[in-house]
Parts: sequence; structure tokens; C-alpha cells
Amino acid sequence: MMFKTAERDFPDSPPPEPRSPGASAAGPAQADRRSGPITDRRHMRRYILIMTALGLLAVGVTFGIMTWDNPGETGTRPWWLIVAMRRDSLITIAVVAVCHAVATVAFQTAVNNRILTPGIMGFGSLYTAIQTTAVFLLGVGSATALVGVGPFLMQMAAMVVLATILYTWLLSGRFSNIHIMLLVGVVIGGVLGSLSNFMQRMLTPSEFDVLQARLFGNISNARADYLPYAIPIVLVVVALLWLRANTLNVIALGRTTAQNLGVAYRRELIIIMALVSVLVATATALVGPMMFLGFLAAILAYQFSDTYSHRMLFPMAVLFGYTILAGSYFMLRHIWDAGGAVTIIVELIGGLVFLIVLMRKGRL
Amino acid sequence: MSITLTDVTKDYSDKVKIGAVTTEIESGGVTALVGPNGAGKSTILTMIGRLLDIDQGTIEVAGHDIVNTPSKSIAKILSVLRQENHFVTRLTVRQLVGFGRFPHSRGRLTIGDEKYISEAIDFLDLTELENRYLDQLSGGQRQRAYVAMVLAQNTDYVLLDEPLNNLDMQHAVQMMQQLRRAADELGRTIVIVLHDINFAAHYSDKILAMKHGQVVKHGTPAEIMQDHVLSEIFNTDVNVIEGPNGPLAVYY
Amino acid sequence: MTTTLRQDVSQTSRDILVEDPRTRRHRRLWTPAFLVAILITLALVVASLLVGQFDVFGGEDWENFWMFGITRVPRTVALILAGAAMAMCGVIMQLLTQNRFVEPSTMGTTEWAGLGLILVMWLFPYATLFERMMGAVVMSFIGTMVFFLFLRRVSLKSSLIVPIIGIMLGAVVSSFSTYLALVTDRLQTLSIWFQGSFTGVIQGRYELLWIVLIVTVLVFITADQFTVAGLGKDMATNVGLNYALVLFMGTAMVAVATGVTATVVGVLPFLGLVVPNIVSLFRGDDLRTNLPWVVLVGICTVTICDLIGRLIIAPFEIPVGMVLGLVGGAVFLGLLLRQRKKGGLVT
Repeated sequence: MMFKTAERDFPDSPPPEPRSPGASAAGPAQADRRSGPITDRRHMRRYILIMTALGLLAVGVTFGIMTWDNPGETGTRPWWLIVAMRRDSLITIAVVAVCHAVATVAFQTAVNNRILTPGIMGFGSLYTAIQTTAVFLLGVGSATALVGVGPFLMQMAAMVVLATILYTWLLSGRFSNIHIMLLVGVVIGGVLGSLSNFMQRMLTPSEFDVLQARLFGNISNARADYLPYAIPIVLVVVALLWLRANTLNVIALGRTTAQNLGVAYRRELIIIMALVSVLVATATALVGPMMFLGFLAAILAYQFSDTYSHRMLFPMAVLFGYTILAGSYFMLRHIWDAGGAVTIIVELIGGLVFLIVLMRKGRL
Repeated sequence: MSITLTDVTKDYSDKVKIGAVTTEIESGGVTALVGPNGAGKSTILTMIGRLLDIDQGTIEVAGHDIVNTPSKSIAKILSVLRQENHFVTRLTVRQLVGFGRFPHSRGRLTIGDEKYISEAIDFLDLTELENRYLDQLSGGQRQRAYVAMVLAQNTDYVLLDEPLNNLDMQHAVQMMQQLRRAADELGRTIVIVLHDINFAAHYSDKILAMKHGQVVKHGTPAEIMQDHVLSEIFNTDVNVIEGPNGPLAVYY
Repeated sequence: MTTTLRQDVSQTSRDILVEDPRTRRHRRLWTPAFLVAILITLALVVASLLVGQFDVFGGEDWENFWMFGITRVPRTVALILAGAAMAMCGVIMQLLTQNRFVEPSTMGTTEWAGLGLILVMWLFPYATLFERMMGAVVMSFIGTMVFFLFLRRVSLKSSLIVPIIGIMLGAVVSSFSTYLALVTDRLQTLSIWFQGSFTGVIQGRYELLWIVLIVTVLVFITADQFTVAGLGKDMATNVGLNYALVLFMGTAMVAVATGVTATVVGVLPFLGLVVPNIVSLFRGDDLRTNLPWVVLVGICTVTICDLIGRLIIAPFEIPVGMVLGLVGGAVFLGLLLRQRKKGGLVT
């Protein structure tokens, strides 16, 4: 079985025999009785093995992308020049993989649903809308001036503020409900998309060119100029989520259990959503919107790590994400010569897996 | 030391309103909340457990106002379990029970925590099952695992919302016996919403009867288990007869 | 099935079964309000005929009037047919799925139609409009069936999850279309198609839409069966309805309407969702007498959006799909938040 569903009905197994007071010694000795995310030695071995295999695969793919078909002679200056050029693509792939993998795992934990992905929440549309509005209001001159550390940070800040306001509003009040929040997010995404389209229609051709150039990159033509700001932002956000990992483990148990265990559920949810929005927006800025890369990475990580611990889930999801994206890039770019289609192909595979998972019986 | 409710209300809509409820649930023993459907039992219980916002009034648990006291601190004195617990994570029994220690350990389990976890598991007879995954258990076993989790939380007050739902006769009795023991042997104060008045009469020390969002009767099982009292609470003719193990309400 | 869903279902069935006095009063169709609605619709239709860059009455001879006949009239007819059809698709789907948030664009049907179009263009580059339409209809049908299959297989915690999953399903399908379009170099065709527009609808390009009229009539004839099917499979079977057949019929009608509209006009988002919800907001849930209203409001909505699109940056045009995405999305949000405020959606 590739994909186990969490909820399965087993026939009632008989309850254990009532123990007499003396029988407790027959049970496992206290020293062996440990809790924690790893159930036993075999589980531990399996996790390490998978991580090692993924790590080797990732290194292999990285090496392959750097050196395959390199026209220069190994070690010479032109060879290094090519390697340096490809390095930007690789870093972009890594950043995008981290963003989507971590964001998806955190998002699915927050909404307690492993089918949905943050891509549906319209963070990408929000990013596009902010960019479009800037060009629409300020025109070409101001638009070109908008490139740089300050504006990039400003955009991210705007995203965080907007996302926080939205989710605070949606999650507070008497009839707050995660599903309403999701649906409102989806619809707002759609409306923002139409709004951006609408404004783009009104732009002059030269303004539109400026906007188009700034909106989306793709992996072959990476927005290397964004990387210096994107990397620190992503690192900070991932660090924040890493620090919250224990809380995330509890949130994964659902609202009432989390609240019972003393987690400030609404506040945590808003924080997670804001952090997720930054990750998705960064990835969108780099290579355009993607919906199923994170889904693929997350579902593989759940399947192979078989643990609730986010400190074990995050790294594995990231490695899966990187290996998938870099692997597809390697195959498409260097073997089939279709580098521009990487994200589309990955989305296609992710979408197929999504369909398969969706059609399995279960509860959502 | 008790749970006190002062003018607590919850407005669901213009027509459906719970409260104002003013009552006190004493420390120690088992207190059962009974009443017809829609009387507001679960609403009151989940409001005490701060899972539901209070519209008006105050609730204090052992002197702590549950709205103003940080949820983290409340989690060390009060635990609450609702009926439906569905989540996507795949957990073993022991991992689930381990989460009960979160208010104390913040996710980093010490040897002391492990001891509490083992005790809670043993207490509910889950020792042999502790490494099984929850999705491999029967409904009754799973319910016990959840109760073990709130016991491992080691709080003075334990609130349970209809824990006997979906349990057959054998498991329902087992569950009530274990809760009774938790009150007697571990000194927990247990507040429980029950549908079956006979279960409530047999296993609880105090019964709090609700109707139309109001507390209509609060007393010992002997005080509640009377024809006219029960008939009024449940809007049905009820006869209380003397059974082999105490009074029995007969209503059919 | 969880308790929440069961409550939802019983809620819906009660709404339909019990006639509260409010519904009863609305039983009469030819109320003054309805006549006013017809007049408003007619006024909008006339406005749609008259608005445009080309001065239809300015010319000396019949040439201008001929122009009017081959461009302006087809466009308006297309508006009427597409608006009515898509609004009714929403009603049928909402009844069959017992979910208020379902319509062809929140269950992936439109994306399947798009996939069908691209597939036909890829496999048979010289296909006629009719053949392309067949591709769109067939794929819409398959897609709708896939969605029903999914609904049957999973138990849902909340009815709000359904449209979200549907939208994701649509995204999967459109990633297929995007890939095919990329391979066959038709990305631009696809992106134009995704913004439904009546701009290119002239004589010779809109006649297929008349098929939709047949579907509309069929829906009126079979409406009662959908109402019963709306009570759920068990209830419907209990009263002697062939549930599978009605499901098949409904899916087929929706597929034909969506496929045809998609081929001729493109995507009209949110229309099937907003219109029935607004109608039942002020008339209660009674399909039989609501249907004429749904048709009228659907026509009005599309016509208004088309007028907005034509006027706002004249002499250029904004595709009606874009306007609908904006207006329809906003109305949908309003409906959602309204229900949230009332607590009607607490699950």
C-alpha cells in the first residue's frame, strides 16, 4: 500500500485480559517504555536510511545538473563559469523546494487536512495583486525603482500584514470556522486574480512589459536578483516554524485536543498562516505559482517517516521536494531539453498523485 | 476549591439560549450532567473546559477565571475530552497518551513524564496495546486511550463529554468503573455528561440536571432518583424502582 | 458519515419538505415582482442590443442593419442562452450534491471542458466547432462523474470542503491542459479561452448555443425529479425514484450545457453559484417556482457583466469572464460571510 489512510476500521479486537495486581511485572519493563516520535529501533533505522538515500540522491542530482554536458573541460575556467551559471538555478530550486515543502506540511497541520495545499489559498494571487497594483498606481518609472532590498521586504511585510488581518478576522468571532476561512481564502484568491487581470488590461503596453518581467520567473531563467533577499527571509520563517514544531505536533491533533492541552489555538493558527503566506509568496516570486509540489513532498514525507514529529517531517519533506524538483529539472533540461516546462511537469505528476489520493476512500 | 459558574450564558440564536447558569460543582468525586437533548449539558461542559467562548458571566476553576488565566496554566489543572476526535496524524496509543504531558513538558518528555504516561496506560488496561496504532483499535479501546491521555495530563479536574457514546454495554460499564476509580484512587474531580440516567445514578456522587438551558436540580443521586423529579426533567413519565444495585429509572 | 453532515442533510430536506407559509406565498409564479423582473430583463436585453462601437441606426441604408443582425443580435442571444444555462447548471448540481457551493467551476467541470477542447485540437487539428464541442461535452461528463465518484467515496467533515476540493480538482485538470497546450503550442488559445468572452460571438459562431435551449426546456420538464433526488439517495429511492438515472440525466445536462457554453463563450465563473443562492435567499428553497427566477437572474447577471465589460474601457472590451470573476466572487464572499454571521455554517 502506497498511501495509508489514517482512519481505517478494524474489526473489534478483543480487549486485553484484566490484569491481576501481580501480573504487571509481566508487562514491558518501565525502562523500555518510551514515548516520543520514534516507536522503535526499526523505525529509527528506516528513517535514517531513507534520509541518507534521499540525501545521496539530492547530491547526485545536484552534481549531475552542474556537470552534465558541460562544454568546458573539467576544472578549467569556462567549466567553472558554466557551473556558476547553473548554481543560481540550483539555489532557486532549493529555495522553492524548502518553501513549498515546509509551507505545505505546516498548512496541512493547521487545517488538519492532508489533501489541501496552501497553493489554493490565493497567496500567489495576493502577490500578483500587490505587484500589479504597484505598477498600476505608480506607473513605469516607479515600477523600475521598486526593485531592491527595501521594496522586496516591503512587499513581504505587506503580505504578512494582509494575511494576518484576513485570518485574524476570519478566525475570530463567534462562528469562526477553519472551513469558512479556507473557502473565503480560495474565493479571495480568485477575485484578486480577476482584479489583477483587470488592472493589467488597463496598463499601457510598456507598463505591462515591466510588470510581466517582474512577476514570474522560471527555473531556467531564475530571478537570481531576488535570491539575496529571499534566502534570509525563508531561513527566518523556517526557523520560526522549527521552533514551533512541538506546538505544531499538538495542533495536528485538532482544535479541541490542542485547546485542552493549553495551546492558544487561534493565535497559533494565525501565526502559522502568516508564516506560510510568506513562504508561498517567496516561491511564487521566484518561479510562479505551484500547487502540487508541496503536496507531493508532504505526502511522501508522511508516508515514509510515519511520525507525528514536525522536526522529522520538515527535513524529509524538504529533501523530497528538492529531489523531485531538481530531478525533473535535470531530466527535462539536460536529457529532453525542455527546461522551461519543469514546473508544469512537476505539477502534472503532483496533480496525478492528488487524484489518486483523492479517490481513496477516507474522511476529509 | 471547586468549579463555580456565575450567570453563565451562551446565545446560539434569538431562540436558542443557554443560561444564565449559576452553580457550583464541588471538588472530588464524580458529578454527572444529565438532561434531555438540547438542554445545554455539553455547552456548559465545553464552556468550563474553555473550548467554547462564554457570552456572559464568569467561570472559575479552583479560583482561576478560565477566560483571563492563560490557557497553558489552565491545562495543568483542568482537562477536557470531547466526543469526536478525528485527526490525520497516525499515532500509537503511547504517543497519544504522551501528548497529555504537553502542558507540563512542552513536548520534551522527561523520565518523570514517562512514568505518568505508563501509569495512565496501566490504569486504563492499555498496557498490552500501548504500541498499537490508534487506527488498529476498536472504538472502545480508542476511547480508553483518549481518557488515558487526559488522565496523564494529571489535572485535578477532568471533564468528559458523553464518553459512553458508541460504547457497547461491556465497554460502557468498564469505562464508568475506571472513571469511578480515577475519582476514588487518584483523587480526581470528574465532571461527565451522561445520557443514561441509570449510569449517572449508579456511578456519580452528584447529579446536575439541566433543562431548557437551565440547571433545574442539583443533588445526590438519591435526591434526583424520584418519580416526580425525573418525570419533570425528562418530560416523560418515569418510575423509580429499587433494583439489585440501587434505584433504577424505568420509563418504558 | 459524520453527524454534522447528517444534520446538513436533514436541514436541507426539512427546508424542502416542510412548506412554511413563506414558501407557500411564493408558490404563485406570476406575481407583480416577477413581471417587473421580466421587464428589467427585457430592458437589459435591449440595452445590450444598442450598446456598441458601431452605430447601428446611423447609416443611410440597410447595410448597418445587416451588421446589427450578424453581430449584435447573435451576441445578445448568446448572452441570454449562456446566462440561463449556466445558472441552471448550478441549480441542478446543487440539488444533486446537496451542497450549496457547487457549480461547474467549483467542481472542475469547466476545466474538464477545456481539457476536452485542447484534446480535440491536438488530436484533430482540423476539427470543426461542432467536433470540438463534442470533445468538451464528453470531457465535462467524465469530469462531473469523477467528482460524484469522489463525493461517494469520502465522508466529509464539512460541506465547505466540497468546493475547495472541486477547485483543486479543476487545478489538476488544468495542469493537464496547460501541459498539452504547451506541447502543442496552444498556450495562448488556452489563456484566451479561460477568460470567457462574448466578443467573438457573431453569426456563424453562436448557433451551437441553441442546443442549450433544449437543455433548458428539459430541465423545466424534469425539475421535480431533481427536487426529489435532492433529498439524498436513500430518500429518493424510498419514494421510488431511479436515483442513478436522475443522476445520469443531471450530469448529462450539465455536461452538455457547460461543454457548449465553454466552446462558444468560454468560462463564466461563479454564475451557477451566485444566481441560485441569491434567488433562494429571497424566495426560499423551492426549485419548481424558483427556476424561472434563476433563468431571469442568470440572464440579467451575464448581460450586466457584459455591459460593464463593454463600457468601462470603451472602445476596448474586458472579457465578461473577468467581470464575473470579480463581481461573482465578491457576491459569493458576501453570501459566505452572511451565513457565517448567522451561524448557519457552523459545522
